[in-house]
Formats: sequence, structure tokens, C-alpha cells
Amino acid sequence: MKTKTTQQLEQQLKRHSKAAKLEIWGRTISLTALLLIVAVVVAIIGFVASKGIATFTSNHVNLGDFLTGKSWNPNITDANGKPEVGALPMIVGSFLITILSAIVATPFAIGTAVFMNEISPNKGAKILQPVTELLVGIPSVVYGFIGLSVVVPTTRAIFGGSGFGILSGTCVLFVMILPTVTSMSADALKSVPRYYREASLALGATQWQTIYKVVLRAATPGLMTAVVFGMARAFGEALAVQMVIGNAALMPNSLVSPSSTLTSVLTTGIGNTVMGSLQNNALWSLALVLLLMSLVFNLIIRLIGRKGRLQ
Amino acid sequence: MDSKKQNKIAIGTLYGIAGLVVLILLALLGYILASGLPQLSWHFLTAPAKAFLKGGGVGVQLFNSFYLLILAMAISFPIALGAAIYLYEYARDNWITTTIRTAIEILSSLPSVVVGLFGFLFFVVKLRLGFSILSGAFALTFFNLPLLTRSIEDSLRTIDLEQREGGLALGLSRWETITRVILPAAVPSILTGVILSAGRVFGEAAALIYTAGQSAPALNFADWNPFNISSPLNPMRPAETLAVHIWKINSEGIMPDAKAISSGSSAVLIIAILLFNFAARYVGKRLYKRLTSA
Repeated sequence: MKTKTTQQLEQQLKRHSKAAKLEIWGRTISLTALLLIVAVVVAIIGFVASKGIATFTSNHVNLGDFLTGKSWNPNITDANGKPEVGALPMIVGSFLITILSAIVATPFAIGTAVFMNEISPNKGAKILQPVTELLVGIPSVVYGFIGLSVVVPTTRAIFGGSGFGILSGTCVLFVMILPTVTSMSADALKSVPRYYREASLALGATQWQTIYKVVLRAATPGLMTAVVFGMARAFGEALAVQMVIGNAALMPNSLVSPSSTLTSVLTTGIGNTVMGSLQNNALWSLALVLLLMSLVFNLIIRLIGRKGRLQ
Repeated sequence: MDSKKQNKIAIGTLYGIAGLVVLILLALLGYILASGLPQLSWHFLTAPAKAFLKGGGVGVQLFNSFYLLILAMAISFPIALGAAIYLYEYARDNWITTTIRTAIEILSSLPSVVVGLFGFLFFVVKLRLGFSILSGAFALTFFNLPLLTRSIEDSLRTIDLEQREGGLALGLSRWETITRVILPAAVPSILTGVILSAGRVFGEAAALIYTAGQSAPALNFADWNPFNISSPLNPMRPAETLAVHIWKINSEGIMPDAKAISSGSSAVLIIAILLFNFAARYVGKRLYKRLTSA
């Protein structure tokens, strides 16, 4: 009799309370959600990689030829009976457009950020910040459409030709990444402690000397992160670029000749090829290059962050 | 050149740069609104698109955009909320958490066209959902998840540690503390984040062209049975959104008034996003006042 009650008591004590059950349930549910996101990331990388590698494993295209070949024409085989899948024109196009737009956007973005933060914080908070925040939200197709109806005709009028090309793409991407880079640069400048500026001004430095020699130096890692972030966005941008670049898979021989980028070929091509064919696999390989580059940009941002912390 | 002169020149240049940037951005907004607003009319906003003739509208596309937005938010919000709660409230600071954070960061930095291609491969082809609203909603979910998770996590971070200690001190479990104390306090800023991300989702096109498709079959707005093919609610029908429509008619459209329609559609997109922005600010402030009686 006595043993039975202790047993009951033991059971009672060991049983989870309602709150504890709820706790376990909630914890499990939220963990599941988190793991779901991780699974999505793994699945995306896995699927794109397995499709992208098929060009090299099942279609036996040489990786070197793929990365350095200058003619992209997957429907045609060349003199050696090998399909023409040289991705160099697109890779060059993507890098050119990314680097050029970053070069143009950086001085504007950092200049504006400095103005917002150091020279006129009042106007910065009232005018510049709302404007940049708003522009971050403008959809990329709208940028593409404006590029098509304003930038392309202007380039055509000035430089002749069709107006489509790297130059138009650069103009569109410049405006597109400007707000992002500006607001991230402003955050970087904001994180420089106030006493840095006070110390510099107390030493008799002018405002510009303080900005140039102290604030910008101290914020360098943050500014670099902002620029790389902008580059990553420019590299991965698809539709806005596709609308103004002209979509000719040729080596760009001038900034105003029609060319193409990895993303532009992908958006125009994937729908017109048959799944599993070489033409299709070659496009997936381009997608893989795009994915790998975005991982590289991510890595660079991490490295900058780590180096910035050590100093 | 003495340093004072240098100072003046440099500051003047910075004024110039900032002014130029504001000018570019205002010109941009001005151009969209000036060229788009005259196109807007009730007919334009409600009539179906015409492929070859003038005078089509964007009614179906507009409906598709909102329907996809609602579906994508309905799928992504619970997942993002759960993930953010686990990351901020439960996860310990170890290498597993760091890896998970890295994975989320990678997802947020993936080009949206890659997300769209994955959606095409997995949902459209593998799961045989075809070009459909459902495929599109999943692709948008993937596109939206990392940013929404981060924004909800930031909202949780703004809640004082004392609130958590208070909840636990009252004998609540951690989960009860989160659902009864932390989340109500964080609702205004979570909502702001949700509305802002809705603006991004609304304008997204690259992730949709190969998932939700590029065609907008005519809809029968009298038929609300989701299993009928012409019903607006049918999640298995292909659905071109407004953003995709702009891209489509500019790159391969043959209608004579493509430019006018894209101007009008761009203006609609921008106005919608402006509204999302204002709503985010207004609702956040209003709710905060209501909930905290501050």
C-alpha cells in the first residue's frame, strides 16, 4: 500500500507540468522553423550545384574552356565537335558592370554619407535619410524601365549605336546601388565614437582634416563593407540590367556595344531551353558561377569585418 | 594651399555631391510619377491586359500581386517568427548558432534570380506545381525569409532584458514569457518590419518570372471557388504580377502602348511602396501608443 503511494507520488513529480509541456512544444516549433531556413539554404546550393556541374560531368565540357571560351553558342558545335559554351563574355560583362558601377557610386555614396553625418546632420536626417530609405525600396524593374526609356536613348544620342550596352547598365546600377551603399556608409560613420572627432578638432585640425584623416580612416572597414555589399547587389541584379544591356553574348569591345551578363543570359535563356539538354545545363552552370560569386562576396564582407574588429 | 582654404573647398564639394544625389533621386521619383500618373484611371487599374491592342489595363496583374504578397507573407511570417525566436531567445552562443546565422546571411545575399531558378527547378519541375501562384509564393518566401527573420530578431533585441527577467520571476516558463510578455511588447516594431518587407516582396520580379509565370489568364471575379481554374483564388493558375508585367512588355511585348502601360504600372508600384512605407511608420507609432499607453 505504502509503496504504491510513493510510486504514484514519483510519477506525479516526474510528469511534465502543463507549462513545461508548452515550453518543449514552443521550443521545438521555433527550432523547426529555424532548421527549415537552413534546409532551404542547403537545398538551394545543392540543387544549383548539382545542375551546374552536369555540364562538366555528363556533357563533358572542359571547365577551362567554359571559363575562358569567348564564344557562347550552345546550339552549335565547333570544329572539334565540341559545343561552344564559352562563358567568358558574360563573366567579363558581369564583372565590368559591377566594378564600374561601384567605382562611380562609391564617391557619391560616401560623400553623401559624410554630408549626412558630419556636415549637416540636421538636413541629413530631414531630407537625405528619408529619400535614401525610400529609394532602397524602388523595385528593380522600375529602374530597368527608366533605364530603357531615359538612359538608353541618351547614350544613343551621345555615343551613337543602339544605346544598349555596359554604359547604360552601369548608369542604371549606379542609381540602384547608391541608396544602399549610402545608408550603409552612414551607419559606418555613425559608429565612429564622438571623442575621435573632438580630439582631432581640439588638436587644431579643420573639419575636413578631421573627416579625411580621422573619421574616414576609423570607418574604413565599415565603408568597405558597404561598397562590397553594393557590388554584390550589382552583380546579382538581373532584370534591370537585362533590359538595358542589349543581350548579345559577345565579348564587350566597347562600353556602348550590346553585351550581356550572367544574370541577363539566365533570365532570357532558361525559359527557351529544354530541361536536361546541354543548352539548359550550360545555363545552370552560369547560375552556379553566380551563386559562387555571391558566396565570395559574402566571404569578403566577413573578412573585412574580422579585420576591422582586430584593429 | 593652406588648410583653411582646403577645408572650404572640400566642404563645398561635399555640399555639391549631396545636392547632386538628392537631385538624381528626386528626378527619378519625379519622372516616374510625372510620366505614370496621367496613365492611371479606373479602367487602367481594373481592365484585363490586351496582348496586341491598345487600351489594356493591369487589373489581373494588380490582383495577382496582392494575392501573391498575402500568400507569401502567410507562409513566411510564421517561419521567420519561429526562427527569430529560437535564434534570439533560445540559441546558445556557439559554433552551431554561428553557422546557422551564416547560412541565413548567405540566403539573404543570394541574387533573387538564383532563388527564382531554384524555385523553378524544385516547385515547378520536381514537385510538378507548374507555373503557379503556389510556386511563386514559395519562391517569394525564400526570398523574404532571411530579411524578415533578421528584422524580427532586431525587434526582439529592443525589448529590455528586465522584461524577460520579470516574466521568469513570476514563475512563467520561457515560452510563456516570450508569447505573453516579449511578443506583445515587440508587436509594433515587428509589424513595421513586416510591412517594409511586404514592399520589397510586392516589387520583386526576378524570383517570379520562372515560378509564378509570365502569363495572366483572364479571371472570373464572380467565381470565388478556389478549385475552379478561372477563379481568382485558384492557387494553381499561372499569375503574372505587376512587376513581371513591366519587365515582360518591355522585353518582348508587342502591344502598341507598352510604354504608357509600363509608365502607369511603375507609378502604381511606386505608390504602393510609398504607401507601405508610410503605413509602416504610422502603424508602428500608433500601435506603440496603444499598447504601451505612452
